[in-house]
Amino acid sequence: MAAVKKTIDQVEQLETYEHGFVTDIAQDFAPRGLSEDIVRFISAKKEEPEWMLQWRLEAYARWLQMEEPDWAKVEYVKVDYQNLYYYAAPSQKVGPMSLDEVDPELLKTYAKLGIPLREQEVLAGVQGAPRYAVDAVFDSVSVVTTFKKELAQVGVIFCSFSEAVREHPELVKRYLGSVVPTTDNYFACLNCAVFSDGSFVYIPPGVRCPMELSTYFRINAQETGQFERTLIIADKGSYVSYLEGCTAPQRDENQLHAAVVELVALDDAEIKYSTVQNWYPGDADGKGGIYNFVTKRADCRGVRSKVSWTQVETGSAVTWKYPSCILRGDESVGEFYSIAITNGRQQADTGTKMIHLGKNTRSRIISKGISAGNSSNTYRGLVSAHAKATGARNFTQCDSLLIGNTCAAHTVPYVEARNASAKFEHEATTTRLSDDQLFYVMQRGLSREEAVQLLVNGFVREVLQELPMEFAVEAQKLVAISLEGSVG
Amino acid sequence: MLSVTNLHVEVGGKPILKGLSLEVPAGEVHAIMGPNGAGKSTLSYTLAGREGYEVTQGAASLNGEDLFALEANERAAKGLFLSFQYPLEIPGVPSLTFIRTALNAQRKARGEDEIGAPAFLKLAREKAASLKIDFDMLKRPLNVGFSGGEKKRMEIFQMAMLSPKFLILDETDSGLDIDALRIVSEGVNDLRSPERGMLVITHYQRLLDYIKPDRVHVLAAGKIVASGGPELALELEETGYDRFSQVAA
Repeated sequence: MAAVKKTIDQVEQLETYEHGFVTDIAQDFAPRGLSEDIVRFISAKKEEPEWMLQWRLEAYARWLQMEEPDWAKVEYVKVDYQNLYYYAAPSQKVGPMSLDEVDPELLKTYAKLGIPLREQEVLAGVQGAPRYAVDAVFDSVSVVTTFKKELAQVGVIFCSFSEAVREHPELVKRYLGSVVPTTDNYFACLNCAVFSDGSFVYIPPGVRCPMELSTYFRINAQETGQFERTLIIADKGSYVSYLEGCTAPQRDENQLHAAVVELVALDDAEIKYSTVQNWYPGDADGKGGIYNFVTKRADCRGVRSKVSWTQVETGSAVTWKYPSCILRGDESVGEFYSIAITNGRQQADTGTKMIHLGKNTRSRIISKGISAGNSSNTYRGLVSAHAKATGARNFTQCDSLLIGNTCAAHTVPYVEARNASAKFEHEATTTRLSDDQLFYVMQRGLSREEAVQLLVNGFVREVLQELPMEFAVEAQKLVAISLEGSVG
Repeated sequence: MLSVTNLHVEVGGKPILKGLSLEVPAGEVHAIMGPNGAGKSTLSYTLAGREGYEVTQGAASLNGEDLFALEANERAAKGLFLSFQYPLEIPGVPSLTFIRTALNAQRKARGEDEIGAPAFLKLAREKAASLKIDFDMLKRPLNVGFSGGEKKRMEIFQMAMLSPKFLILDETDSGLDIDALRIVSEGVNDLRSPERGMLVITHYQRLLDYIKPDRVHVLAAGKIVASGGPELALELEETGYDRFSQVAA
């Protein structure tokens, strides 16, 4: 009987994480470990200019002086930084390529993941099919970026970070590290030294980006850290909606993912940034899975600028992530909508920071945490108003839902108001998915799994509505899959 | 239709039902009355398949189908509907979405095609009108912020939409004012048909002025201790349950 149960669990596990396959492909690696030489190696591989190398080396020197933070409510086996590979790339030439030059194995991988890379197929697709531009990042490099020409016609730059360093150095120099300083924190600093690839977006003044932009990150190689870097600049009066997705194979060892995302919104500009994070979460016993230690920050630099973060966090073994907004411009607006789901032995410590510096700045935080299995889910947030941020307003709502009785939910809100005219509201609830509700829904004809899905979808609905339509449907499915087998 | 034989049920190791037997033929409405703690809600929960209600002896079937071999949702798909004494709130799920999801889950279980949106909405508009439910209310999350009366009306609305074969009404009259009681009762009476059976569980005779039962049973201390025609309910109203409690003991 026990064996049968175990088999069922294993099969369930396999079905639960559908992106757990490995792509068999020739790859170039940097030598194992981390040193100044490795930093030079990465920079040389990317054919970077001297200033970029110097920036990396400075960051590396600073990182050596720093200590890994331990204040988050997560426990994990510390990373052995000398035992990792810091660069892994499919063996191919550097720089932009046509799709015909890309290894067919890679194309198959993205097809399997459902990511549209062939423009003509997207364009020829059935009506109403999602039409969005994709930058596909495979381990340390960007494989291909779609719709670049069409975007260039309206002046939008959408390319891999490496390409931006080569082609648009003046923009990169001006904005890189201007939101997240090199020494902001341990993981961000490490990223500065060894970052591999990521996406670069620039929207010129007054332009409304004609399509959704998205980056799809895939970790494939073993024992390799993923350190991507994304920089989005929305110039005056522009608008862009951007989405990132992430998956990784199922592996027994933990893998480190330490990304940095910087957003800059100038006067009257708006950036909508959505994340559907589905890194491999590890197995039911907590073996394997991604360490997701990410720094994401937006600078609402201009007056009346607006940044909206929406995240659906379902994967990763350990998550340490606080997408934040610095509300520098007067009347700027920051929003954070989050669904964080933990199951099995996953641990998440996530939330946001809203730093009100400008006058009449507004922020809104809606966080929905769901814990199941033996997992732990913490919301950690800071709302602060500077002395000059008169008329600052914040509304925060943190709801936690517990499924079963072996999981945990924590809420750690920090509030600092340095002027008397700031108005901050905070609401928080913690509820358990009740047997009464489950029975009620089942009595109306839904199976136990369907009943849980319905109740959970209701719980997260407010946040799902913030996602671009095509992705909301996907996210809803993901929410369901993540909680499969959470009620017995 | 519904057949219950020598039913013994324990909750948390404590015996609540102690040999209850009951037959409700198709087309009939039977009322179950009894004092607090007699086991009325236990009977409805056990028949509907709630966890924690352990059947230690006895059987129950609906149209010959063994109820205790089925999960709660499978019983619902076979046509069993329980109108809750305290309907639950379902945050974030609009009432119509909820009902359509439930209806399609039941249809799927029965091997029927899903109902399309236009047909569903047409049906919903009809039923809502007859129950005097504002259609806008159906777009709000189910039962969230509804008054007691609105929740009960919503139960009857769900019942009308799902069109079950057998209805159990658990204290449907509690918390209703006289107007709401009339509307709810009319809704229930509209569902009376030669193919459908009903079990009306109530404390008070009042509801039975509106929903006329064919038979009345008295449940005391876990058993049916008396059965009779509608006049039994009136009799109880005058004499109370005391004498039956003694019989059972």
